[in-house]
Amino acid sequence: MVELTSMFSALAAQPMLAQAASGEGGFPWLTLTTFGPLLGILALMFIPRDQIEALRNTALLTTIGVFLVSLGIMVNFDPGVAAGAGEAFKFQLEHGPLEWIPALGIQYYVGVDGFSLWLVMLTTFLMPIAIWSTYSAVDKYVKEYMISLLFLQVGMIGALVSLDVFLFYIFWEVMLVPMYLIIGIWGGKDRVKAAIKFFLYTMLGSVLMLVAILYVYLQAGADSFLYTDLLAVELSYTEQFFLLAAFFLAFAIKVPLFPFHTWLPLAHVQAPTAGSVILAAVMLKLGTYGLIRYAFPLFPDALVVYAPYIALLAVIGIIYGALLALVQENVKKLVAYSSVSHLGFCVLGLIAMTPAGLAGGMYVMLAHGIATGGLFLCVGMLYERRHSKQIADFGGVSKVMPLFAAFFGIIMFGSAALPGLAGFVGEFLSLLGASQSHFLSFGEYLFYAPNGSETTIPLPERFAEVNPVDSVTWGPEMTAFIFTIGGTLGVFLGAAYLLWMFKRVMFGAIKHDAVREMPRLTVREIGVLLPIVIMIIFMGVYPKFFLSYMDPSMEAYLTYMDEQVTQAVESAEADEERAPIYGEVVVEPLDPEWVPEGSMWDRALDRVDE
Amino acid sequence: METLYADEFYFLGLIVLAPLLGAIINGLLGSRLPRKVVDWVACGAMAFSFVFALISLQGLVNHGANYDGEDGFGPHLTYTVYQWIFSGDLQADIAFLFDPLTAVMVLVITGVGLLIHIYSVGYMADDPDKWRYFTYLNLFVFAMLLLVLGQNMLVTFIGWEGVGLCSYLLIGFWYNDEQKAAAGQKAFIVNRVGDFFFILGMFIIFYTAGTWDYLELHQMATSTATVAQLLPIAFPAGLLIFLGCTGKSAQIPLYVWLPDAMAGPTPVSALIHAATMVTAGIFLLCRLNWLITLSPALMAIIAVTGALTAIVAASIAIVQNDIKRVLAYSTVSQLGFMFMAVGVGAFVAAIFHLMTHAFFKALLFLGAGSVIHGMHHEQDIRKMGGLRKLMPWTHATFAAATLAIAGVPLFAGFYSKDLVLWNSLANTHVLNVQGVIENIRAMLPEDRLQELEVLLTDEVAAAITDAGGEAVEVVTWALALNWGVYLVGLLTAGLTAFYMFRLYFLTFWGENRSDEETRAHIHESPGSMVGPLSVLGVLSVIGGYIGWPHFLARYFPEGLQPYVLGLEHWLADVFLVADQYRLVGRFGESPYLPEAISAGAAIAIAGAGIFLAYVMYIKRPELPGVIHERTTRLYDVLMNKYFVDEAYDFLFVKPTLWLGKASYWFDRYIIAGLLVGGVAFMTQNLGQVLSNLQSGNVQRYATYITVALVLIFIAIYFGVM
Repeated sequence: MVELTSMFSALAAQPMLAQAASGEGGFPWLTLTTFGPLLGILALMFIPRDQIEALRNTALLTTIGVFLVSLGIMVNFDPGVAAGAGEAFKFQLEHGPLEWIPALGIQYYVGVDGFSLWLVMLTTFLMPIAIWSTYSAVDKYVKEYMISLLFLQVGMIGALVSLDVFLFYIFWEVMLVPMYLIIGIWGGKDRVKAAIKFFLYTMLGSVLMLVAILYVYLQAGADSFLYTDLLAVELSYTEQFFLLAAFFLAFAIKVPLFPFHTWLPLAHVQAPTAGSVILAAVMLKLGTYGLIRYAFPLFPDALVVYAPYIALLAVIGIIYGALLALVQENVKKLVAYSSVSHLGFCVLGLIAMTPAGLAGGMYVMLAHGIATGGLFLCVGMLYERRHSKQIADFGGVSKVMPLFAAFFGIIMFGSAALPGLAGFVGEFLSLLGASQSHFLSFGEYLFYAPNGSETTIPLPERFAEVNPVDSVTWGPEMTAFIFTIGGTLGVFLGAAYLLWMFKRVMFGAIKHDAVREMPRLTVREIGVLLPIVIMIIFMGVYPKFFLSYMDPSMEAYLTYMDEQVTQAVESAEADEERAPIYGEVVVEPLDPEWVPEGSMWDRALDRVDE
Repeated sequence: METLYADEFYFLGLIVLAPLLGAIINGLLGSRLPRKVVDWVACGAMAFSFVFALISLQGLVNHGANYDGEDGFGPHLTYTVYQWIFSGDLQADIAFLFDPLTAVMVLVITGVGLLIHIYSVGYMADDPDKWRYFTYLNLFVFAMLLLVLGQNMLVTFIGWEGVGLCSYLLIGFWYNDEQKAAAGQKAFIVNRVGDFFFILGMFIIFYTAGTWDYLELHQMATSTATVAQLLPIAFPAGLLIFLGCTGKSAQIPLYVWLPDAMAGPTPVSALIHAATMVTAGIFLLCRLNWLITLSPALMAIIAVTGALTAIVAASIAIVQNDIKRVLAYSTVSQLGFMFMAVGVGAFVAAIFHLMTHAFFKALLFLGAGSVIHGMHHEQDIRKMGGLRKLMPWTHATFAAATLAIAGVPLFAGFYSKDLVLWNSLANTHVLNVQGVIENIRAMLPEDRLQELEVLLTDEVAAAITDAGGEAVEVVTWALALNWGVYLVGLLTAGLTAFYMFRLYFLTFWGENRSDEETRAHIHESPGSMVGPLSVLGVLSVIGGYIGWPHFLARYFPEGLQPYVLGLEHWLADVFLVADQYRLVGRFGESPYLPEAISAGAAIAIAGAGIFLAYVMYIKRPELPGVIHERTTRLYDVLMNKYFVDEAYDFLFVKPTLWLGKASYWFDRYIIAGLLVGGVAFMTQNLGQVLSNLQSGNVQRYATYITVALVLIFIAIYFGVM
């Protein structure tokens, strides 16, 4: 109890501390959310390691506290604030910039917009659930485990809210260490190999990214790592080409996109349940988040050439991941491969550069976070009862654990994109966005060709014959539609592997006596799964709630990308040697009548006034 | 009613809400509630829903009376619940649309649904998981109502997948049986194949039209200014959506799940796999009638698919011995009839047959359920017989339904089936794009007129443009198509009469062939089951009286005229466009004589089928054995359902799994092993390799120098450097 009170007092002291630190501006919700877990770590330090319950409770209460504070972000975030002309992003609830390492111009600066808001909320929402799920799963080194998890949370939220690119990079690296430890210490049999593989893979990408960041910084010459300053840097096409490659590789490994995904199944299978949940639900999202936040808007010229290949990788990932999931014998591995497939939808939607695609990509991130997190929790519960993850070791579990069957079923269908549940909205919008895209057209260069060189590889003649009244033309639209067909195939395969797994695990006659003795869900386990189930249903029934916060940000983003790409295309056309690269490639022309619908509550109030 | 506006008719929301609430109450509390309460909640929800549907019907009638025809859609009520999704130009509301077509569907769903719920109270009386059953059943009705009430394709699609989910849950209701769980899974996945096409079709429509709202799409399709935009996508989008419908409505090539779906409780088969869900595809095509009629080739494909499914399924039904499987194949076959009707542009006939089929096929399934219930879960008709006396109510109602499906005059099935057959012969549907062509002709400048032909399937367009739209008989393949479809339909009608009476005679006539113990326990079913049977029995007789053949309708007194052709008048506004495009039939304005001949042919072939069944199974019961002896091979093919399941397994399931295994191998050994592992290996060993170079061995240094010199020489000689 002593520990609890000390923790509470620490929590109570927080606002004052923060107020003191904030200086001018509003209440520093973001700083508090980011570093809140550190207070929990502080409290944990003083708790003896044999008081396991106290350690767990402290960590749980800390994360719940952070979740409550993060609700403040949501409440204070005003979706109605539109970005100014030419701005890509409009951040809110900013804190800073404060000088941190003045010699290099590194500053502390945080803020959220419609993109990062929900990812922060997702993180704070899932953390307590993940920690609560460890109560029965982890008994050794509980103290270190809790500290690792809380430290991980600091890194994740920090990376999401940073507006200084160097700060972002530091948080990005901070994230790695605890996850490395979580996999390496509390993991399964092959944990060390998995941890090293995870670490090396991610490091490889992030080192390249660091070089790229430094290059842009040096080009800017403004002595500042602020995101907005870096956005303003003028880079030549050639520079952008290589810089985007570095950024893309770092994020693609994290997502993970095919063929950079091989660390994922190993890491997932070996990681403890809470680690898998966090890894799948949040850490992978940092890859996709990095793509839209950094990689795409920083290098628009190069993106035009990259876009179709990124989409191609995404579609291959969708189908390939699903096919691999289909043949897995290990439940956890199946779910891990399903992540590869689902994240493919996300990237396909984001790269489509259409309103629907962007919204869908963002929504897939959230829905996948909740649903796959839920699936891993379910697998964890099965494992704790049966000490096996092999599908063949189960069968007929529904009879023994009816409530679990209901929860598992809802989560499973949420993941399999059943309309009315979370997964559908995102995948459907992503595919819709992809099908409407004008951005995914292969140019005449398959790969980068230096300026002035003769070695272009011409593709077959563009299909110029377009019927005047024929709107489905064989051009960028058709390329995009072929991608869409591939993606939609993934929706079908998604149902196939999930349902087949569900049938083999949950239905049929009971084949093993051990299954018959599996205990029902405990109250704690119901408490772990229930928020997820409710969220899956709510996200499917009322997606407008989430979309309304994103819409203004998306509009600003697409407007910005539209301008940048148009400029890129114009300058390329002026540059004779590169002229043929860009055909009809455009970011989806925005509907001039698009009024961002973010101010949902305002509009409701207006209606009441009328 | 005056206080309610047509665009805020909130009773539409209540129709949908009632079953949802029932499902929620039973789903959350059902396991703790007394069994009686569970029954009342489920049936009460359905009763409320039915009442609200009736109120909405009255509202629609009132609205229709002062409908001004402004928006061209015909009288309709709408209700927007809330905005579901938006992003950019996509605005998707959860909104409902209630027009005459939806009204028919909603009444069938809630009406027949209510009866089947009441029936289930008796049928599932002993099942400990009854609450779960009623939860699923209410949820199904909710999803089905979403499907038919949706104002845009997205709501329809939510319902579309929702009914698939409930179907999955109910087929696999007894999930401890591996085979039943597998049947549910098969149904869902095969349906997902259909949904794959459906989604793509939706995308194409949205790409072109920018909306999924039926009212707006209808406006586009019927306005001369915009229809030309829809014309090029009518075929691809329509075809994709039709393929989606073949999944849900169990048509070739995706019908394989329906027979397996009989693993579910029998009332479920009656509600989902006979009366409502499987008709969703027909409903959707009728809803989009103004879109699919733009493409004659698509209509032809639909008609041919329907006809083929009808005859293939009917031929399989002849040899099946499981009472439910016979009915399942019969359902597939009858659905084929409906698609046939859609394909020839006879939408009224399709809906008419859908409705009567809902009555008599639900009745057949419920009757079969009563038999199975009475015989302690015996489903093999070879072990039945003589039930006529033991189960008199079941027998009487089953007989009425059998007469109806066989197409005996004065029973419901006769009227609808006759209408389908007659229309398939008389409609010259392939010419229905003529109006569209005229529109485009008016829009296009003179020198671009030849582009018209690109838009349409070349042959047809050429023929039509050449003849100025006058010639009806020029398109010879259209004529052949009509006759082909008609004759196949006629043959199917004969087969239907035969296999249904085979089923009926084997089950209810002759001697009882079950074992002693079962025989002692055979009993008539309780009142809650017999009641719905009787109501459906009455409907199976009088259900057809709202659509008399035209050659008979004119003999009715003047006052009755609107009623004897009731359905046609009721749906006239919905299918206005389709009718506009459809030319006057091949046989002229009032073809009473050909129509009568067609009806006569249908009656004759039905009679022949019944007579044959009578001879084979009552008069000379040894005949089937003799025929079996002579045609073993054919029998085997039919008994094994043309080996379609095996073929699909071989062509699709196995290769997919094989591909998955191959990918997994590729993933482990090529990507993870060779590429990634190779990089790691190189990093680890490069240092070692390099250190080997500096060995201090002079001969080795000499070798290096030689190799290097040779390489340099080659490089210079071939001018690489």
